[in-house]
Amino acid sequence: MAPANRALQLASSSRKKSSNKKTTVARQSGAMSAHPLLHTQGLLECYRAMLRIRTLDERMMTLQRQGRIGFYGACTGQEAACIGSAYALRANDWVFPALREGGAMLLRGFALVPYIAQVFGNSGDITKGRQMPSHQAAASVHQVSWSSVIGTQLSQAVGAAWAAKLKKDDTVVMAYLGDGATSSNDFHVAMNFAGVFKAPVVFVCQNNHWSISVPTDHQTASESIAIKAVAYGLPGVKVDGNDVSAVYAAVAAAVERARRGQGATLVELETYRMGAHSSSDDPSRYRDPAEVEAWKKKDPVERLRSRLFALNAWNSAQDKALQAELLEEVNTAIKEAESLPPPSIATLFEDVYQGEPWHLKEQRAELLESIKRHGR
Amino acid sequence: MSELSYRDALNQALNEEMSRDANVFLMGEEVARYNGAYKVSQGLLDKFGSARVVDAPISELGFAGLGVGAAMVGLRPVIEMMTWNFAILAMDQIVNNAAKLRHMSGGQLRCPIVFRGPGGAGGRLSSQHSQALEAHYVHCPGLKVVAPATPADAKGLLKSAIRDDNPIVFIEGELLYGVKGDVPDGEHLVPIGKADIKRPGDQVTIITWSRMLLWYVNEAAQKLADQGISAEVLDLRTLRPLDEEAILTSVRKTNRVVIVEEGWPLASVGATLTDLIQREAFDDLDAPVQRVTGLDINMSYAANLEAATQPSVERIIAAVNQVLYR
Ligand SMILES: Cc1ncc(C[n+]2csc(CCOP(=O)(O)OP(=O)(O)O)c2C)c(N)n1
Ligand SMILES: [Mg+2]
Repeated sequence: MAPANRALQLASSSRKKSSNKKTTVARQSGAMSAHPLLHTQGLLECYRAMLRIRTLDERMMTLQRQGRIGFYGACTGQEAACIGSAYALRANDWVFPALREGGAMLLRGFALVPYIAQVFGNSGDITKGRQMPSHQAAASVHQVSWSSVIGTQLSQAVGAAWAAKLKKDDTVVMAYLGDGATSSNDFHVAMNFAGVFKAPVVFVCQNNHWSISVPTDHQTASESIAIKAVAYGLPGVKVDGNDVSAVYAAVAAAVERARRGQGATLVELETYRMGAHSSSDDPSRYRDPAEVEAWKKKDPVERLRSRLFALNAWNSAQDKALQAELLEEVNTAIKEAESLPPPSIATLFEDVYQGEPWHLKEQRAELLESIKRHGR
Repeated sequence: MSELSYRDALNQALNEEMSRDANVFLMGEEVARYNGAYKVSQGLLDKFGSARVVDAPISELGFAGLGVGAAMVGLRPVIEMMTWNFAILAMDQIVNNAAKLRHMSGGQLRCPIVFRGPGGAGGRLSSQHSQALEAHYVHCPGLKVVAPATPADAKGLLKSAIRDDNPIVFIEGELLYGVKGDVPDGEHLVPIGKADIKRPGDQVTIITWSRMLLWYVNEAAQKLADQGISAEVLDLRTLRPLDEEAILTSVRKTNRVVIVEEGWPLASVGATLTDLIQREAFDDLDAPVQRVTGLDINMSYAANLEAATQPSVERIIAAVNQVLYR
């Protein structure tokens, strides 16, 4: 059903091979999608998770337009890439996300109300109103906060993976990035270090074809992102990022490879940012509407839905019911999250350091005194 | 004279300097087809073409280095940092290289380059997007550091910066882009290194720069005037080199000083000013210098926390009352 899956496998240039030996590039064609790589139950779980973030993102963008939240970066159009990859992880594995992988946290069990409270930045937010929306972090589900600074998470992920190796546990670290982030210094450093230290890390690049207004061919002259791995001695794989099975298959293979102690992989997921870069962006100013329309036909949520229909695993009545259920869930969570009060001012000075140094105690006392006297 | 926004005043300066000198080019993220993340480069791609208005791949260190190299061989790069928060990644090129090339090469090389972009809090953007980092650059010999508050100063200082033969760190106020003011048309140059009295007064000097002037200091000075207190407001505009003469002249007139700074208190520009004032004007001071700074913590996203972290009109008035022993 789905278009032939374009899986470009760049064989690893193993260090044991002589350095002048040419890298072999094997092309696999269509076969992958012909039989589901996720069993039907898995596909249904992924579908639910994907539809849930689609619903959530739509509602959040509306809240932003209504001025109820400050900022939002949606994953719309990239749900298969986000969910299919995170689905390959165990609970103990760590996620070092980029802007669009909040959904991974939800998939891995983080509750919706605190998730939305973080977007409001209120007292229900476990980051205590400190971090921007779409920068969620929850140690409980092993997901760190995205550093706003492009690329930073990548070398950190290698460090976390290296630590797992040192501790001899079998944790794998998943590091996400966008196509634009492949220009960052940290990307190259991380790939190199991951190769040298054979760290159990999987780099998942969501190539959504744009970095705000800059198309990927202005970001790199390489024929693909996956091919960059070769120079660092890592395998690079490129798959259709809008096909959840293909995403899962490629990422799961990379995760297992890392877990077996065979080192890192770069997985390029070809997808498309269907909406704006973030709530501060208007893509109609720089994107050809025909391009957007063409990609809408490859909408990962719709593709998975029709696939499930074709497998007779799902029908339109069930689908309608699920859409209503998720919208209800999201709306109820928004209501609950939005009703929470702002974080208390007294929390401001917590967590700057372990323990509270004298000068911050003083500042807190001064600030609270000033608020008592002048209201500010 | 025309009424322009701070953004359009910067745009006019770029436009005029790029028309005047073919060696000037603009490079940064989103500067070309997007017309700038904050629209400062609006229309420049259309006018000057993609060779001179260039979208760079996402590596601040990379395009800062490219700029330094181009400057060494005769071009006059204007390197836009999407924000000064991200310029931290480029500090090796700015501090280790641009700032030192002239000196290290025994005067053979020069580096006429402007690194520019927004600094300071941006409005609910959290700690990695809300830093006032000027002190980092003010620290470094070889750099000049400029931080205009008004549209007219923004235009006049950017034109001077582009013509200067030294590397310039040009810090715009992220929340100032929409602020409007009268801007002289055409050749309007504000000299680098000259402070400006934005409001004359004789009982206390309030020293500040960039957004603090418009957000808090002007209002505080007005409220003080309503209470019968005459505050002189000195806008530094350039943070390195400091206009010592203007600072000391005002201090000798009012004998009392409050410094208002968005950044953190330790090792800050205000700390340096305090040192200067106590050394050069100790006998003229009737009270210890007071400083109002951002709190010594990282910025939060929540609106109430963000506001509490920054200086305020109330805190400025309290500091003025303190130096006046009121
Ligand atoms: C070091 C740094 N420079 C610039 C930015 C501003 N910025 C935020 S997102 C972005 C584009 C990122 O593109 P990509 O990596 O492809 O991710 P996508 O947004 O497409 O998911 C840029 C330039 C930043 N956050 N950090
Ligand atoms: Mg992208």
